[in-house]
Amino acid sequence: MNTIAERIYDFLKQYPPFSMLSREQLLSICEAVDVHYLEKGNYLFETGKSVKDEFYVVKDGAIGIFRTETNTLIDECDEGDIFGLRALMRKDSYKLSAKAIEESIVYSVSSSLFEKYITTNPEASSFLMTSFVTNTRSSYIESKEIKQKTTKLHDFSDEQSADYSKNPIHCEAYTSIKAAAKLMTKNQVGSIIITEDNKPIGIITDKDLRIKIATGNISINENVTKVMSSPVITFPENITVSEAQIAMLKHKITHLCITKDGTTNSELTGILSEHDIIVIRENNASALIKEVKRAKTPEYLHQIRQRAQYLLERYIEQKIPITFITKIISAINDSITEKIIDLAIREMPTLPPTTFAWLAIGSQGRQEQLLLTDQDNALVFDNVSETQYETTKQYFLSLSKKINEGLNTVGFEFCPADMMASNPKWCLSVSEWKNQFERWIKSPDQDNLMLCTIFFDFEYVFGNRDLVSKMSEDIFESIDSYEIFLNYLGLNALKNPPPISFFRQFLVEQSGEHKDQFDIKARAMMPLVDAARLLILSKNIKAHNNTIVRFTKLAELEPQNKELYEDCSEAFKNLLRFRTEQGLTNNDSGRFIDLKSLSKANRLELKRCFKAVKEIQELIQVRFNLSHFL
Amino acid sequence: MNWFTKTSYPEFWNTYSKHFKNKQETDLGSIRFVVFDTETTGLNPNQDRILSIGTVGIFQNTIKVSDSFECYLKQDLFKAETVKIHGLLKGGKNIKIDEKTAIIQFLEHIKNSVLVAHNASFDVTMINKALKRLELPKLKNIVLDTKNIFNKTNLDKTTKTNFSLDELSERFKIPQHDRHTASGDAFITALLFVKLISHLKKEKKITLNDIKSPKERIGLL
Repeated sequence: MNTIAERIYDFLKQYPPFSMLSREQLLSICEAVDVHYLEKGNYLFETGKSVKDEFYVVKDGAIGIFRTETNTLIDECDEGDIFGLRALMRKDSYKLSAKAIEESIVYSVSSSLFEKYITTNPEASSFLMTSFVTNTRSSYIESKEIKQKTTKLHDFSDEQSADYSKNPIHCEAYTSIKAAAKLMTKNQVGSIIITEDNKPIGIITDKDLRIKIATGNISINENVTKVMSSPVITFPENITVSEAQIAMLKHKITHLCITKDGTTNSELTGILSEHDIIVIRENNASALIKEVKRAKTPEYLHQIRQRAQYLLERYIEQKIPITFITKIISAINDSITEKIIDLAIREMPTLPPTTFAWLAIGSQGRQEQLLLTDQDNALVFDNVSETQYETTKQYFLSLSKKINEGLNTVGFEFCPADMMASNPKWCLSVSEWKNQFERWIKSPDQDNLMLCTIFFDFEYVFGNRDLVSKMSEDIFESIDSYEIFLNYLGLNALKNPPPISFFRQFLVEQSGEHKDQFDIKARAMMPLVDAARLLILSKNIKAHNNTIVRFTKLAELEPQNKELYEDCSEAFKNLLRFRTEQGLTNNDSGRFIDLKSLSKANRLELKRCFKAVKEIQELIQVRFNLSHFL
Repeated sequence: MNWFTKTSYPEFWNTYSKHFKNKQETDLGSIRFVVFDTETTGLNPNQDRILSIGTVGIFQNTIKVSDSFECYLKQDLFKAETVKIHGLLKGGKNIKIDEKTAIIQFLEHIKNSVLVAHNASFDVTMINKALKRLELPKLKNIVLDTKNIFNKTNLDKTTKTNFSLDELSERFKIPQHDRHTASGDAFITALLFVKLISHLKKEKKITLNDIKSPKERIGLL
């Protein structure tokens, strides 16, 4: 064994994705490493130059990644950071430049050699895809297409075996195209495999028929071999979802053939389509929602919620997109809540005296709560005459009490701060809510601002939707007549500065129970939540509560800041995922993170998130003219 | 037929010699450098023997780990007192080859590259002595010495000229892993070399002629 390669091995093995490779694999990569020495200011690669067959790892020093056109520093890579991953994705030209900002030593790793190993290593490929996306997150010169491709690859990293269709429809090579198409139609499938001695030699999909046949280029009486794509890509029966995804992506195909030994020289046993993979993911969630509808007791709902928790764990593990997970989990939570309300109304001696709506507030209202936490909710009922007010209020208070108890049984514990509809303060008529909002908006002291941040993010769950729309209108009316409120809300959004002082030092809690831990909620997520709320309210939009959706909407409304908003949205997704992972691992809220437990990959990811926080806060400071307030 | 070539030279030497038919390139960007180091039983070229050779290639200012060579030699001579420097035991775990095989492989690897070493004259002499034992002429390669290249930088303001590899790697902040293994020292020397070249390049455009000096040829004589 070569001593130099071994020394490089010792260095690289500390860092992902190299740490995810076997010793033999990594050693053979190290044997091919090139060592670059760069003086401060030297370029490793420059925008527009064609991509080399290598990517880079910083050994010593620091490399800045620059956007040449504007000469802006986009990222700073230090020891163990990887960059130049474009080489793994696409063989075109560099979109950014890499320049030494200190004297540096950089290792370059052969990407073709590396690719060989990661294709069969979902963990490593998933890490790389994430890095690629995070590395380039600040540069939307990146084509959307790559981004979609990479997130897709990242999303489906699933170690479990993929369920493929057994007994695939197939035909012999002498079959006419017409006969094959009939066979496909008869069996209602979108593809047919052409076999010879039961071994797959080619495939025809709907797309082939559309492109090659319907255009009239080839006669339908020709043999299938005229139009089939050949050879087919084959895999053994134990193919995992991630392997399938990577293969489809790599070969730009939508179907894989499954054979006995995984080669084209053995018997065809199945076919796996892109569609199959999507189905694998969605089945379970919809089944749960159906069960909720059939449930008759809160105890049974509790059991379903537990199962939703397992589903969540699996989704997180499989790196399913966080927006998808939040939608699923929120849908389950909402249907459980609806069911609880439904059960509670049945228990009441009479029907509700007037219409009402049940609201989720805070993080639940924003649909950003994935872990089982305490409940935060409120109720609004239609305005009634003064004489009926007291009995109406009493009715809804006791209904709320039943609902809160039911939710508690399901696993959403009572809110310790009593932010629940059974609290007379949060069970109000439309006009009472209006007055309350107006009071908060006109005297935005610390307490009232805090209440605004919780109650403004209300989300309709059950009941009369019109009441909720009325509440939104009332908020905007108040804000319009008291515009300085937004400045206060802006100040509030800036109270937690980005948690990273430059790019190595984290700010941790200085005292208390969580001393030396990092509060991911207060220091990373809330600043983004607050920023999104402020900006979307300033646009007079109430329809969206979810922070990711808000940023997406903002990106639409302000194309000039699209990049930043998309960065924020990505950052928030990563933080939400990260917090959920932490919470699932430690069986807590995931809020406080021990920095020592963070892997290099996680640090890298967090670091990128904070950059987005910093930038959005700068935008708010300028836009709401806050510098003289601070 | 070249009248000055002894026809009795073995095939490997003739192959090696042929690489020198063309004129030496002087543009640093097109030269393959091979940085090398030897570990020996001692410092007396007339008595001591090579225990190991390590090399690493440099091309276009990039160190190529893929272009490296490492071997350990079987030698009858063994000196207990130098084991503490190089750590090579008489038995040892490394696969050992005889001196002739090592020389054949070394020549095959270096071809007509420009050799680089720290205190190059010692290592070159050790190799030449081994060649002599095989009744062969001396190395034909141009040899550069990082010690002399450093002196050209004028970075040191004192009159001292004889800097050790340890002193220079400390000055240039090169981590001293695997010091006193042939490959380890070759790698450190390689890093030192690219740093020195990079420094000299800042002053002016340089070619091979600017970094080699008659002084460095002493080892060949």
